[in-house]
Amino acid sequence: MNSEILFFLLSGMIVIFSILTVTSRRILRAAVYLLFVLVSTAGLYFMLNYNFLAAVQLTVYAGGIIVLIIFSILLTSHISERAQMAGKFQGLMSALAVIAGATLTLITILNFSFPGKSGIESPSDVKAIGRALVSYNENGYALPFEVVSILLLAAMIGAIIVARKENLAVKNTKK
Amino acid sequence: MTGTIPLQYFLIISTLMFFTGIYGFLTRKNLITMLMSIELILNSVNINFVAFNRYLYPDNLHGHFFSLIVIAVAAAEAAVAIAIIINIYRNFRSIDVDKVDEMKF
Repeated sequence: MNSEILFFLLSGMIVIFSILTVTSRRILRAAVYLLFVLVSTAGLYFMLNYNFLAAVQLTVYAGGIIVLIIFSILLTSHISERAQMAGKFQGLMSALAVIAGATLTLITILNFSFPGKSGIESPSDVKAIGRALVSYNENGYALPFEVVSILLLAAMIGAIIVARKENLAVKNTKK
Repeated sequence: MTGTIPLQYFLIISTLMFFTGIYGFLTRKNLITMLMSIELILNSVNINFVAFNRYLYPDNLHGHFFSLIVIAVAAAEAAVAIAIIINIYRNFRSIDVDKVDEMKF
């Protein structure tokens, strides 16, 4: 019973704050609403007993991406600036498309009986996760782990190259 | 912890979140708020992976690791997107998609 109350609290927070995220006119407030959505999602992961994933969600999303987004908002727009929304026709058409898509998906979900399987829960503590991430047998994930680390390195270098000021080029042309 | 909660509840939550993100992506004009809508969409997909993993295949961890990797990809995507947005702001003095139309055919 307690878990149901917690679940409905978290899911209500997720739905309300997602809608506020996409409708709020103040960009900084939208970012803070997104933070609430991500923290509630971490709560859902805790309920599903994936503690490590919830911790990663809190540190990477709530601690990293939101701070990055807030910094870029402060760099690119004034704090009192109101976001401009789409025109009425476009808003109406998007709302219609979204409601149609959501209805279709919900009908499909509610009419499909998922085959419940109650096997032995595999351990999801940090030790098991760490072993699985670097092993290469049938339950190992060494290849995706390495691919993601190379992707992160490439993204880091790319972000630095794209965002830096082009002082070098200016100096070279002045010579 | 999830004793009597059926799998469908998690799927309903993630569906609502996904389509809210799509609505935001279609109606917003500011590049940063569009990026935030994409984060909503990625996050709803993560909920789906994790719920399917816990309810349908509890004896291994594929969905768990897939959502870990999705989180890493989302972080990389946010970093590169914000670098591009800041560069666009330097060149155009605005990050509204209406005003950044130099490449428009």
